[in-house]
Amino acid sequence: MGVGILVEDLNAWYGSTHTLQDINLHIPANHATALIGPSGCGKSTFVRCLNRMHETNPIARATGVVKMGELDIYRDASPVEIRRRVGMVFQRPNPFPTMSIYDNVVSGLKLNGFRNRRVLDETVERSLRQAALWEEVKDDLKKKSGASLSGGQQQRMCIARALAVDPEVLLMDEPASALDPVSTSKIEDLIFQLKSQYTIVIVTHNMQQAARVAENTGFFLNGKLVEFDSTHKIFTNPKDKRTEDYITGRFG
Amino acid sequence: MMRVKFHQSLDELKERLLVMAGMAEQAIQRSIEAYRTRDLSICELVLRSEPAINRLEREIDQMALDLLAMEQPMAIDLRFILSVIRINADLERVGDQAVNIAIRVREMGAFANIDLPVDIPKLAELASAMVRKALQAFIEGDAEMADSVFRMDDQVDKMNDAAYYALSTMIKEKSELTPQALNALIIARNLERVGDHATNIAEDVIFWVRGADVRHHAASTQS
Repeated sequence: MGVGILVEDLNAWYGSTHTLQDINLHIPANHATALIGPSGCGKSTFVRCLNRMHETNPIARATGVVKMGELDIYRDASPVEIRRRVGMVFQRPNPFPTMSIYDNVVSGLKLNGFRNRRVLDETVERSLRQAALWEEVKDDLKKKSGASLSGGQQQRMCIARALAVDPEVLLMDEPASALDPVSTSKIEDLIFQLKSQYTIVIVTHNMQQAARVAENTGFFLNGKLVEFDSTHKIFTNPKDKRTEDYITGRFG
Repeated sequence: MMRVKFHQSLDELKERLLVMAGMAEQAIQRSIEAYRTRDLSICELVLRSEPAINRLEREIDQMALDLLAMEQPMAIDLRFILSVIRINADLERVGDQAVNIAIRVREMGAFANIDLPVDIPKLAELASAMVRKALQAFIEGDAEMADSVFRMDDQVDKMNDAAYYALSTMIKEKSELTPQALNALIIARNLERVGDHATNIAEDVIFWVRGADVRHHAASTQS
Protein backbone atom coordinates (compact mmCIF):
# COMPACT_ATOMS: atom_id res chain seq x y z
CA MET A 1 0.00 0.00 0.00
CA GLY A 2 1.07 3.56 -0.63
CA VAL A 3 2.04 5.99 2.10
CA GLY A 4 1.42 9.70 2.39
CA ILE A 5 4.31 12.10 1.86
CA LEU A 6 4.77 15.10 4.10
CA VAL A 7 7.14 17.81 2.91
CA GLU A 8 8.19 20.59 5.29
CA ASP A 9 10.37 23.59 4.48
CA LEU A 10 12.12 21.82 1.65
CA ASN A 11 14.85 23.85 -0.04
CA ALA A 12 17.20 22.64 -2.75
CA TRP A 13 20.21 24.08 -4.51
CA TYR A 14 22.34 23.31 -7.52
CA GLY A 15 25.58 25.04 -6.64
CA SER A 16 24.52 28.55 -5.69
CA THR A 17 21.20 28.35 -7.55
CA HIS A 18 18.30 28.07 -5.13
CA THR A 19 16.06 25.77 -7.19
CA LEU A 20 13.41 24.95 -4.57
CA GLN A 21 12.27 27.43 -1.98
CA ASP A 22 10.37 26.60 1.19
CA ILE A 23 8.15 23.86 -0.18
CA ASN A 24 5.45 22.62 2.17
CA LEU A 25 2.81 20.15 1.15
CA HIS A 26 1.12 16.89 1.96
CA ILE A 27 0.75 14.30 -0.78
CA PRO A 28 -2.00 11.88 0.23
CA ALA A 29 -1.50 8.13 0.15
CA ASN A 30 -2.98 6.09 -2.70
CA HIS A 31 -3.73 9.11 -4.81
CA ALA A 32 -2.16 10.39 -8.01
CA THR A 33 -0.71 13.86 -7.56
CA ALA A 34 0.36 15.87 -10.60
CA LEU A 35 3.02 18.55 -10.61
CA ILE A 36 2.86 21.14 -13.35
CA GLY A 37 4.76 24.27 -14.22
CA PRO A 38 6.99 25.76 -16.91
CA SER A 39 10.41 24.28 -17.69
CA GLY A 40 12.92 25.04 -14.98
CA CYS A 41 10.28 25.73 -12.34
CA GLY A 42 11.64 23.07 -9.97
CA LYS A 43 9.08 20.31 -10.32
CA SER A 44 11.60 17.68 -11.45
CA THR A 45 14.02 18.76 -8.73
CA PHE A 46 11.18 18.34 -6.27
CA VAL A 47 10.49 14.72 -7.23
CA ARG A 48 14.21 13.98 -7.20
CA CYS A 49 14.24 15.19 -3.60
CA LEU A 50 11.52 12.66 -2.78
CA ASN A 51 13.84 9.72 -3.47
CA ARG A 52 17.12 11.45 -2.57
CA MET A 53 18.23 11.38 -6.17
CA HIS A 54 18.86 15.10 -6.07
CA GLU A 55 21.89 14.62 -3.84
CA THR A 56 23.57 12.26 -6.33
CA ASN A 57 24.70 15.39 -8.16
CA PRO A 58 27.90 16.55 -6.39
CA ILE A 59 26.96 20.22 -6.53
CA ALA A 60 23.40 19.66 -5.32
CA ARG A 61 22.08 19.83 -1.77
CA ALA A 62 18.75 19.91 -0.02
CA THR A 63 17.43 20.88 3.41
CA GLY A 64 14.11 20.34 5.10
CA VAL A 65 11.98 17.36 6.00
CA VAL A 66 10.48 14.71 3.71
CA LYS A 67 8.47 12.04 5.50
CA MET A 68 7.12 8.92 3.81
CA GLY A 69 4.58 7.74 6.31
CA GLU A 70 6.55 7.86 9.56
CA LEU A 71 9.93 7.59 7.88
CA ASP A 72 12.00 10.78 7.68
CA ILE A 73 13.89 9.94 4.49
CA TYR A 74 16.79 12.33 5.09
CA ARG A 75 17.34 11.31 8.72
CA ASP A 76 16.19 7.74 9.17
CA ALA A 77 17.03 5.96 5.93
CA SER A 78 19.84 5.42 3.45
CA PRO A 79 19.46 6.43 -0.21
CA VAL A 80 19.48 2.73 -1.14
CA GLU A 81 16.58 1.95 1.18
CA ILE A 82 14.68 4.98 -0.07
CA ARG A 83 15.00 3.91 -3.68
CA ARG A 84 13.57 0.51 -2.80
CA ARG A 85 10.57 2.19 -1.25
CA VAL A 86 10.24 4.80 -3.98
CA GLY A 87 10.14 3.66 -7.61
CA MET A 88 10.89 6.10 -10.40
CA VAL A 89 9.95 6.22 -14.07
CA PHE A 90 11.63 8.69 -16.37
CA GLN A 91 10.66 10.61 -19.48
CA ARG A 92 12.44 8.25 -21.84
CA PRO A 93 12.28 4.52 -21.23
CA ASN A 94 15.67 3.36 -20.02
CA PRO A 95 15.85 -0.43 -20.44
CA PHE A 96 19.15 -2.19 -19.85
CA PRO A 97 19.79 -2.93 -23.52
CA THR A 98 21.72 -6.17 -23.13
CA MET A 99 19.27 -7.70 -20.65
CA SER A 100 16.21 -9.77 -21.47
CA ILE A 101 12.76 -8.50 -20.53
CA TYR A 102 12.84 -10.83 -17.53
CA ASP A 103 16.20 -9.57 -16.30
CA ASN A 104 15.21 -5.98 -16.84
CA VAL A 105 12.18 -6.41 -14.58
CA VAL A 106 14.07 -8.15 -11.76
CA SER A 107 17.26 -6.10 -11.96
CA GLY A 108 16.33 -4.06 -8.90
CA LEU A 109 15.46 -7.16 -6.92
CA LYS A 110 18.74 -8.84 -7.87
CA LEU A 111 20.65 -5.72 -6.83
CA ASN A 112 18.96 -6.11 -3.46
CA GLY A 113 20.20 -9.69 -3.23
CA PHE A 114 17.09 -11.66 -4.21
CA ARG A 115 18.04 -14.89 -5.99
CA ASN A 116 15.14 -17.28 -5.31
CA ARG A 117 13.98 -18.36 -8.78
CA ARG A 118 10.35 -18.90 -7.78
CA VAL A 119 10.13 -15.49 -6.11
CA LEU A 120 11.71 -13.85 -9.14
CA ASP A 121 9.32 -15.64 -11.54
CA GLU A 122 6.31 -14.60 -9.48
CA THR A 123 7.55 -11.03 -9.25
CA VAL A 124 8.09 -10.80 -13.01
CA GLU A 125 4.55 -11.99 -13.70
CA ARG A 126 2.96 -9.78 -11.03
CA SER A 127 4.87 -6.67 -12.08
CA LEU A 128 4.26 -7.16 -15.79
CA ARG A 129 0.57 -7.78 -15.15
CA GLN A 130 0.39 -4.60 -13.03
CA ALA A 131 2.09 -2.74 -15.86
CA ALA A 132 -0.41 -4.19 -18.37
CA LEU A 133 2.40 -5.76 -20.39
CA TRP A 134 2.24 -9.44 -19.40
CA GLU A 135 -0.01 -10.63 -22.22
CA GLU A 136 2.17 -8.95 -24.83
CA VAL A 137 5.52 -10.35 -23.67
CA LYS A 138 4.86 -13.50 -21.63
CA ASP A 139 6.17 -15.81 -24.37
CA ASP A 140 9.33 -13.83 -24.98
CA LEU A 141 10.44 -13.00 -21.46
CA LYS A 142 13.89 -14.46 -21.79
CA LYS A 143 14.14 -14.54 -25.56
CA LYS A 144 13.84 -10.85 -26.29
CA SER A 145 15.90 -8.01 -24.97
CA GLY A 146 14.10 -5.12 -23.27
CA ALA A 147 15.42 -2.79 -25.93
CA SER A 148 13.64 -4.76 -28.68
CA LEU A 149 10.20 -3.66 -27.43
CA SER A 150 8.34 -0.64 -28.79
CA GLY A 151 8.71 2.69 -26.96
CA GLY A 152 5.37 2.31 -25.18
CA GLN A 153 6.15 -1.28 -24.20
CA GLN A 154 9.60 -0.28 -22.96
CA GLN A 155 8.04 2.39 -20.76
CA ARG A 156 5.57 -0.11 -19.31
CA MET A 157 8.48 -2.52 -18.76
CA CYS A 158 10.27 0.25 -16.85
CA ILE A 159 7.12 0.72 -14.77
CA ALA A 160 7.12 -3.05 -14.11
CA ARG A 161 10.78 -2.78 -13.07
CA ALA A 162 9.90 0.00 -10.66
CA LEU A 163 7.00 -2.03 -9.25
CA ALA A 164 9.05 -5.23 -8.91
CA VAL A 165 10.75 -3.99 -5.73
CA ASP A 166 7.30 -3.43 -4.24
CA PRO A 167 7.63 0.29 -3.55
CA GLU A 168 5.14 2.43 -1.64
CA VAL A 169 5.58 5.47 -3.83
CA LEU A 170 5.92 5.74 -7.59
CA LEU A 171 7.48 8.89 -9.03
CA MET A 172 6.92 9.54 -12.71
CA ASP A 173 8.80 12.32 -14.47
CA GLU A 174 6.92 13.02 -17.70
CA PRO A 175 6.36 9.29 -18.25
CA ALA A 176 4.40 9.65 -21.48
CA SER A 177 5.95 12.67 -23.13
CA ALA A 178 7.98 10.56 -25.56
CA LEU A 179 5.09 8.22 -26.42
CA ASP A 180 2.38 8.15 -29.08
CA PRO A 181 -1.28 8.76 -28.06
CA VAL A 182 -2.16 5.06 -27.80
CA SER A 183 0.82 4.29 -25.58
CA THR A 184 0.10 7.44 -23.59
CA SER A 185 -3.44 6.30 -23.02
CA LYS A 186 -2.18 2.92 -21.74
CA ILE A 187 0.17 4.63 -19.29
CA GLU A 188 -2.67 6.85 -18.07
CA ASP A 189 -4.95 3.83 -17.59
CA LEU A 190 -2.14 2.22 -15.68
CA ILE A 191 -1.73 5.21 -13.37
CA PHE A 192 -5.45 5.10 -12.72
CA GLN A 193 -5.25 1.42 -11.69
CA LEU A 194 -1.98 1.62 -9.78
CA LYS A 195 -2.98 4.44 -7.49
CA SER A 196 -5.12 2.08 -5.41
CA GLN A 197 -1.89 0.33 -4.41
CA TYR A 198 0.74 3.06 -4.61
CA THR A 199 1.10 6.76 -3.98
CA ILE A 200 1.84 8.28 -7.37
CA VAL A 201 3.52 11.59 -8.08
CA ILE A 202 3.61 12.54 -11.74
CA VAL A 203 5.45 15.46 -13.31
CA THR A 204 3.84 16.47 -16.57
CA HIS A 205 3.83 19.26 -19.11
CA ASN A 206 0.57 17.92 -20.48
CA MET A 207 -2.15 19.62 -18.48
CA GLN A 208 -4.92 17.53 -19.95
CA GLN A 209 -3.00 14.50 -18.74
CA ALA A 210 -2.76 15.97 -15.23
CA ALA A 211 -6.50 16.67 -15.35
CA ARG A 212 -7.23 13.10 -16.46
CA VAL A 213 -5.11 11.11 -14.02
CA ALA A 214 -4.55 13.10 -10.84
CA GLU A 215 -6.81 13.89 -7.89
CA ASN A 216 -4.52 16.70 -6.74
CA THR A 217 -2.28 19.07 -8.64
CA GLY A 218 0.53 21.37 -7.58
CA PHE A 219 1.70 24.33 -9.66
CA PHE A 220 5.38 25.25 -9.41
CA LEU A 221 6.87 28.54 -10.59
CA ASN A 222 10.42 29.81 -10.12
CA GLY A 223 11.20 27.19 -7.49
CA LYS A 224 8.08 27.86 -5.43
CA LEU A 225 4.91 25.90 -4.97
CA VAL A 226 2.37 28.54 -5.97
CA GLU A 227 -0.77 26.48 -5.46
CA PHE A 228 -1.71 22.97 -4.41
CA ASP A 229 -5.32 21.89 -4.55
CA SER A 230 -7.72 19.34 -5.99
CA THR A 231 -7.18 18.93 -9.71
CA HIS A 232 -10.80 19.92 -10.28
CA LYS A 233 -10.20 23.23 -8.52
CA ILE A 234 -6.87 23.94 -10.21
CA PHE A 235 -8.24 23.43 -13.71
CA THR A 236 -11.64 25.04 -13.31
CA ASN A 237 -11.15 27.83 -10.80
CA PRO A 238 -7.63 28.21 -9.39
CA LYS A 239 -7.12 30.64 -6.52
CA ASP A 240 -3.86 32.19 -7.69
CA LYS A 241 -3.75 34.42 -10.76
CA ARG A 242 -0.34 32.99 -11.71
CA THR A 243 -1.80 29.48 -11.83
CA GLU A 244 -4.65 30.66 -13.97
CA ASP A 245 -2.36 32.56 -16.32
CA TYR A 246 -0.17 29.49 -16.74
CA ILE A 247 -2.88 26.93 -17.36
CA THR A 248 -4.74 29.21 -19.75
CA GLY A 249 -1.58 29.86 -21.73
CA ARG A 250 -1.27 33.54 -20.87
CA PHE A 251 2.38 33.09 -20.04
CA GLY A 252 5.00 30.36 -20.23
CA MET B 1 3.09 28.16 -24.19
CA MET B 2 1.56 31.54 -24.98
CA ARG B 3 -1.67 30.78 -26.82
CA VAL B 4 -2.07 33.88 -28.92
CA LYS B 5 -4.30 32.36 -31.60
CA PHE B 6 -6.57 30.77 -29.02
CA HIS B 7 -7.07 34.04 -27.19
CA GLN B 8 -7.80 35.79 -30.47
CA SER B 9 -10.44 33.13 -31.12
CA LEU B 10 -12.00 33.83 -27.71
CA ASP B 11 -12.19 37.52 -28.62
CA GLU B 12 -13.88 36.62 -31.91
CA LEU B 13 -16.36 34.42 -30.05
CA LYS B 14 -17.20 37.31 -27.74
CA GLU B 15 -17.68 39.65 -30.69
CA ARG B 16 -20.04 37.24 -32.41
CA LEU B 17 -22.06 36.87 -29.23
CA LEU B 18 -22.36 40.65 -29.01
CA VAL B 19 -23.70 40.70 -32.58
CA MET B 20 -26.24 38.08 -31.48
CA ALA B 21 -27.11 40.23 -28.46
CA GLY B 22 -27.66 43.26 -30.68
CA MET B 23 -30.02 41.32 -32.93
CA ALA B 24 -32.04 39.93 -30.01
CA GLU B 25 -32.31 43.36 -28.36
CA GLN B 26 -33.39 44.95 -31.62
CA ALA B 27 -36.07 42.29 -32.10
CA ILE B 28 -37.55 43.01 -28.67
CA GLN B 29 -37.46 46.77 -29.22
CA ARG B 30 -39.16 46.38 -32.59
CA SER B 31 -41.86 44.11 -31.19
CA ILE B 32 -42.70 46.69 -28.51
CA GLU B 33 -42.67 49.47 -31.09
CA ALA B 34 -45.13 47.36 -33.09
CA TYR B 35 -47.31 47.02 -29.96
CA ARG B 36 -47.19 50.73 -29.27
CA THR B 37 -48.02 51.77 -32.84
CA ARG B 38 -49.96 48.66 -33.91
CA ASP B 39 -47.81 48.80 -37.04
CA LEU B 40 -48.01 45.37 -38.70
CA SER B 41 -45.06 46.09 -40.97
CA ILE B 42 -42.83 46.19 -37.88
CA CYS B 43 -44.28 42.82 -36.84
CA GLU B 44 -43.14 41.45 -40.20
CA LEU B 45 -39.64 42.83 -39.62
CA VAL B 46 -39.45 40.97 -36.31
CA LEU B 47 -40.67 37.71 -37.86
CA ARG B 48 -38.19 38.03 -40.71
CA SER B 49 -35.27 38.57 -38.30
CA GLU B 50 -35.75 35.22 -36.57
CA PRO B 51 -33.96 32.97 -39.11
CA ALA B 52 -30.86 35.19 -38.93
CA ILE B 53 -30.83 34.93 -35.13
CA ASN B 54 -31.22 31.16 -35.35
CA ARG B 55 -28.38 30.95 -37.89
CA LEU B 56 -26.10 33.01 -35.68
CA GLU B 57 -26.97 30.85 -32.67
CA ARG B 58 -25.78 27.76 -34.56
CA GLU B 59 -22.65 29.55 -35.79
CA ILE B 60 -21.68 30.65 -32.26
CA ASP B 61 -22.33 27.18 -30.87
CA GLN B 62 -20.11 25.70 -33.57
CA MET B 63 -17.31 28.20 -32.80
CA ALA B 64 -17.55 27.31 -29.10
CA LEU B 65 -17.61 23.58 -29.85
CA ASP B 66 -14.53 23.89 -32.07
CA LEU B 67 -12.64 25.74 -29.35
CA LEU B 68 -13.58 23.13 -26.76
CA ALA B 69 -12.48 20.30 -29.05
CA MET B 70 -9.35 21.87 -30.51
CA GLU B 71 -7.99 24.01 -27.70
CA GLN B 72 -9.07 22.15 -24.57
CA PRO B 73 -9.47 25.33 -22.56
CA MET B 74 -8.95 25.52 -18.82
CA ALA B 75 -10.18 27.57 -15.86
CA ILE B 76 -11.47 31.05 -16.76
CA ASP B 77 -11.31 30.28 -20.51
CA LEU B 78 -13.33 27.10 -20.05
CA ARG B 79 -15.88 28.95 -17.94
CA PHE B 80 -16.04 31.73 -20.53
CA ILE B 81 -16.86 29.31 -23.35
CA LEU B 82 -19.48 27.49 -21.28
CA SER B 83 -21.03 30.86 -20.40
CA VAL B 84 -21.07 31.90 -24.05
CA ILE B 85 -22.90 28.70 -24.99
CA ARG B 86 -25.56 29.33 -22.34
CA ILE B 87 -25.90 33.06 -23.04
CA ASN B 88 -26.21 32.28 -26.74
CA ALA B 89 -29.20 30.01 -26.03
CA ASP B 90 -30.79 32.68 -23.82
CA LEU B 91 -30.39 35.34 -26.51
CA GLU B 92 -32.01 33.07 -29.06
CA ARG B 93 -34.93 32.64 -26.66
CA VAL B 94 -35.14 36.44 -26.26
CA GLY B 95 -35.50 36.54 -30.05
CA ASP B 96 -38.27 33.94 -29.78
CA GLN B 97 -40.09 36.09 -27.21
CA ALA B 98 -39.93 39.02 -29.64
CA VAL B 99 -41.47 36.84 -32.33
CA ASN B 100 -44.22 35.72 -29.92
CA ILE B 101 -44.98 39.35 -29.08
CA ALA B 102 -45.09 40.30 -32.78
CA ILE B 103 -47.56 37.46 -33.46
CA ARG B 104 -49.78 38.69 -30.60
CA VAL B 105 -49.64 42.29 -31.88
CA ARG B 106 -50.64 41.05 -35.31
CA GLU B 107 -53.64 39.28 -33.75
CA MET B 108 -54.57 42.37 -31.78
CA GLY B 109 -54.77 44.25 -35.08
CA ALA B 110 -58.05 42.44 -35.80
CA PHE B 111 -59.70 44.07 -32.78
CA ALA B 112 -60.41 47.59 -31.66
CA ASN B 113 -57.47 49.41 -30.06
CA ILE B 114 -58.60 49.91 -26.48
CA ASP B 115 -57.00 51.16 -23.28
CA LEU B 116 -55.64 48.19 -21.37
CA PRO B 117 -54.89 48.25 -17.63
CA VAL B 118 -51.24 47.33 -18.20
CA ASP B 119 -48.25 49.45 -19.16
CA ILE B 120 -46.60 47.08 -21.67
CA PRO B 121 -44.01 49.64 -22.90
CA LYS B 122 -42.88 50.23 -19.30
CA LEU B 123 -42.65 46.49 -18.63
CA ALA B 124 -40.73 46.14 -21.90
CA GLU B 125 -38.37 48.95 -20.94
CA LEU B 126 -37.61 47.24 -17.63
CA ALA B 127 -37.06 43.82 -19.23
CA SER B 128 -34.86 45.36 -21.96
CA ALA B 129 -32.87 47.26 -19.35
CA MET B 130 -32.21 43.95 -17.60
CA VAL B 131 -30.90 42.44 -20.84
CA ARG B 132 -28.74 45.50 -21.52
CA LYS B 133 -27.29 45.47 -18.01
CA ALA B 134 -26.59 41.72 -18.12
CA LEU B 135 -24.84 42.16 -21.47
CA GLN B 136 -22.88 45.16 -20.20
CA ALA B 137 -21.74 42.98 -17.29
CA PHE B 138 -20.67 40.39 -19.86
CA ILE B 139 -18.78 42.96 -21.94
CA GLU B 140 -16.95 44.30 -18.88
CA GLY B 141 -16.60 40.97 -17.06
CA ASP B 142 -18.24 42.68 -14.08
CA ALA B 143 -19.87 40.23 -11.64
CA GLU B 144 -21.14 43.01 -9.35
CA MET B 145 -23.02 44.58 -12.22
CA ALA B 146 -24.45 41.13 -12.99
CA ASP B 147 -25.62 40.89 -9.37
CA SER B 148 -27.70 44.04 -9.82
CA VAL B 149 -29.73 42.37 -12.59
CA PHE B 150 -31.34 40.02 -10.03
CA ARG B 151 -32.85 42.96 -8.14
CA MET B 152 -34.37 44.30 -11.36
CA ASP B 153 -36.04 40.95 -11.99
CA ASP B 154 -38.18 41.38 -8.86
CA GLN B 155 -39.66 44.58 -10.34
CA VAL B 156 -40.47 42.85 -13.63
CA ASP B 157 -42.12 39.96 -11.78
CA LYS B 158 -44.22 42.37 -9.73
CA MET B 159 -45.37 44.24 -12.83
CA ASN B 160 -46.23 40.97 -14.54
CA ASP B 161 -48.24 39.83 -11.49
CA ALA B 162 -50.10 43.17 -11.43
CA ALA B 163 -50.83 42.84 -15.17
CA TYR B 164 -52.20 39.35 -14.62
CA TYR B 165 -54.51 40.55 -11.86
CA ALA B 166 -55.74 43.63 -13.78
CA LEU B 167 -56.29 41.80 -17.08
CA SER B 168 -58.03 38.79 -15.53
CA THR B 169 -60.33 41.18 -13.66
CA MET B 170 -61.01 42.93 -16.95
CA ILE B 171 -61.88 39.61 -18.62
CA LYS B 172 -64.35 38.85 -15.82
CA GLU B 173 -65.96 42.26 -15.94
CA LYS B 174 -65.90 42.96 -19.70
CA SER B 175 -65.88 39.61 -21.43
CA GLU B 176 -66.24 41.24 -24.87
CA LEU B 177 -62.66 42.54 -24.43
CA THR B 178 -61.25 39.08 -23.71
CA PRO B 179 -59.23 38.74 -26.97
CA GLN B 180 -57.36 42.02 -26.41
CA ALA B 181 -56.85 41.29 -22.71
CA LEU B 182 -55.60 37.76 -23.41
CA ASN B 183 -53.10 38.98 -25.98
CA ALA B 184 -51.84 41.65 -23.57
CA LEU B 185 -51.59 39.00 -20.84
CA ILE B 186 -49.45 36.81 -23.08
CA ILE B 187 -47.25 39.75 -24.09
CA ALA B 188 -46.68 40.62 -20.42
CA ARG B 189 -45.74 36.99 -19.83
CA ASN B 190 -43.35 37.09 -22.82
CA LEU B 191 -41.65 40.16 -21.35
CA GLU B 192 -41.41 38.52 -17.95
CA ARG B 193 -39.61 35.64 -19.71
CA VAL B 194 -37.21 38.15 -21.31
CA GLY B 195 -36.37 39.27 -17.77
CA ASP B 196 -35.75 35.63 -16.81
CA HIS B 197 -33.34 35.22 -19.73
CA ALA B 198 -31.51 38.37 -18.60
CA THR B 199 -31.25 36.82 -15.14
CA ASN B 200 -29.78 33.65 -16.68
CA ILE B 201 -27.24 35.75 -18.58
CA ALA B 202 -26.26 37.54 -15.36
CA GLU B 203 -25.80 34.16 -13.63
CA ASP B 204 -23.55 33.04 -16.49
CA VAL B 205 -21.45 36.20 -16.18
CA ILE B 206 -20.97 35.47 -12.47
CA PHE B 207 -20.02 31.88 -13.26
CA TRP B 208 -17.48 33.08 -15.82
CA VAL B 209 -15.92 35.78 -13.63
CA ARG B 210 -16.09 34.24 -10.16
CA GLY B 211 -16.34 30.55 -10.92
CA ALA B 212 -19.44 30.45 -8.72
CA ASP B 213 -22.67 28.71 -9.70
CA VAL B 214 -25.48 30.97 -8.43
CA ARG B 215 -28.29 29.37 -10.39
CA HIS B 216 -31.44 28.33 -8.58
CA HIS B 217 -30.58 30.51 -5.58
CA ALA B 218 -27.33 28.67 -4.88
CA ALA B 219 -25.11 30.76 -2.60
CA SER B 220 -23.15 33.31 -4.60
CA THR B 221 -19.96 32.34 -2.76
CA GLN B 222 -20.22 28.70 -3.76
CA SER B 223 -17.57 27.61 -6.24
